Amino acid sequence: MKVFLRQVRFPVFTALLQHSVMLVILILMVAPFLWMVVSSFKTESQIFVLPPQWVPKPITLENYINAWNAFPLGRFYLNSLFVALSVMVSQVFIASLAAYVFARLQFPARDTIFFIFLATMMLPSQIMLIPRFIIMKELGWIDTYKALIVPFIATPFATFLLRQAFLGIPIDLEDAARMDGCSRFRILFQVVLPLAKPALATLATFTFMDHWNAFLWPLIVIQTKQKLTLQVGLSMLRSELGTEWGTLMAASVLAAVPTIVVYFFAQRQFVAGITLTGLKG
Amino acid sequence: MAIDNAILNSQRKADPQRGKRHRSATEIEDFWTGLICLFPTVVVTLGFVIIPVAFSFYLSFHQWNILKPDKPFVGFDNYVRMFQTDEFWKALEHTVLYTIGVVPVGLVISLGVALLLNQRIAGLSLYRTGYFLPVVTSTIVVAVVWTWLYNPYYGLINLALKTLGVPQPGWLTDPKWALPAIIIMSIWKNMGYHMVIFLSGLQAISSSYYEAADIDGASRLDKFRFITWPLLRPTTALVLMTSVIFSFQIFGPVYVMTGGGPMRSTTVLLYYIYQRGFEFKEMGYASAVAWVLFAIIFSLTLIQFRYSRSGAAD
Repeated sequence: MKVFLRQVRFPVFTALLQHSVMLVILILMVAPFLWMVVSSFKTESQIFVLPPQWVPKPITLENYINAWNAFPLGRFYLNSLFVALSVMVSQVFIASLAAYVFARLQFPARDTIFFIFLATMMLPSQIMLIPRFIIMKELGWIDTYKALIVPFIATPFATFLLRQAFLGIPIDLEDAARMDGCSRFRILFQVVLPLAKPALATLATFTFMDHWNAFLWPLIVIQTKQKLTLQVGLSMLRSELGTEWGTLMAASVLAAVPTIVVYFFAQRQFVAGITLTGLKG
Repeated sequence: MAIDNAILNSQRKADPQRGKRHRSATEIEDFWTGLICLFPTVVVTLGFVIIPVAFSFYLSFHQWNILKPDKPFVGFDNYVRMFQTDEFWKALEHTVLYTIGVVPVGLVISLGVALLLNQRIAGLSLYRTGYFLPVVTSTIVVAVVWTWLYNPYYGLINLALKTLGVPQPGWLTDPKWALPAIIIMSIWKNMGYHMVIFLSGLQAISSSYYEAADIDGASRLDKFRFITWPLLRPTTALVLMTSVIFSFQIFGPVYVMTGGGPMRSTTVLLYYIYQRGFEFKEMGYASAVAWVLFAIIFSLTLIQFRYSRSGAAD
């Protein structure tokens, strides 16, 4: 009887309870996004109507036009895209090279170098904020995209992630290729990298998002309005527009869409990336 | 396919006499290949990590204004001044309060949600996607949207509180409520992130434990206490560590939502470093503060490492 209770009647009740709890949380998680979208389609006067209305009437595109005109939002998009893609491509490439050395090659003091390199992961980026800025100033890189890209093209996290992936590839395949006289480079590009595609995709997705969302460093380094990234641009918009909430929400929607789209297409890479970033700390 | 091609293409290069000198030839090739492959990584690490860290240490003992040519050595003055400044202690206090506010509550909620999601129920992927939405949205977008939500008169949150008949705080405009407001937003934003880590930890627990417990007639609570919680300990330690480290590095929301105010009530350490270093150009002093922040994060990491290690031992 006891068993019967637990296994048959109980689940119906628990499932109901479970769904209601999860539904409430879902509403809490999604409501701010809905409100952002709803507000972005409201006219200036509708925004401040009480009680709040979930369906804008009439629906206006004015806010989107204003947001697009008030700031060179299109330009910000391109800037962010260019920076994030550049870091992504170069980081995946450079980390692949280094990771392959650390995973497979016979190199003097290889593991010591790897260990030192790995230890730099412990250094939080804020300690480098000021000296990096001074170095950028000395190099004449302030207010250039170089400053947003070059310091990040090689990271210990990326190298570590790919090294682990390479170590998981059966060495027999490489040995066979070596017996046939393939160079190391050729093995890396034609044997190892194709087999490490999932890890490469995870790294690429994560690096892209990281740099698309970067804020503090671009805030400090970029000074010309035309060169701002989307995130810094949005924060400037916020301080300039003050209480023009409709326009601000429209700009927020425009800034949020790319990452949400990337997420829908690369959900698996995201989840894989997050379970790995614990190592990043 | 690619492998087959690689092998086929290279077959004509095969050298049957390689056998004996194979090893040393490999070593030489590996040395040069390694040198080329490591070059970019080593240059970037030296130039943008190791040198900056050493330079930062050097800066913290100098009075360094980027606009002034004179940059005198001041010994421990920056550190002494920091420990005597009320602003520094306030910034530290706000950072600690923020961390205490975010970490335990965030951990409990994300674990609870992960437990709910770690079951075969309908609509699972819908829930998971929804919970994860704030994680993939940029901090700045979230901060701008929540500033609107927190508006004392027209914000959705106070309107909801009004309907419920609960008193409505001024949130970001009230020195007492501004930090809690940022805390609530951060818990909301990061819940999905930690949930995913917990989920992967939960999925790693073998179902045979639960089956055995079922046979023994264990209750849900027993199963959680004696199976899930102890076996999840490494994951919990990981979540604890990452969320504490993240919390100590909060910047974006403060910059966008409050600018450190009102009445400096949300000035956290990183924001203080930013203000001192880049608004007041006191780069030596700001570097000293950055070192203190680093020392705190580093020792917390060590403590947690030790804690999770000793946990694994028993």
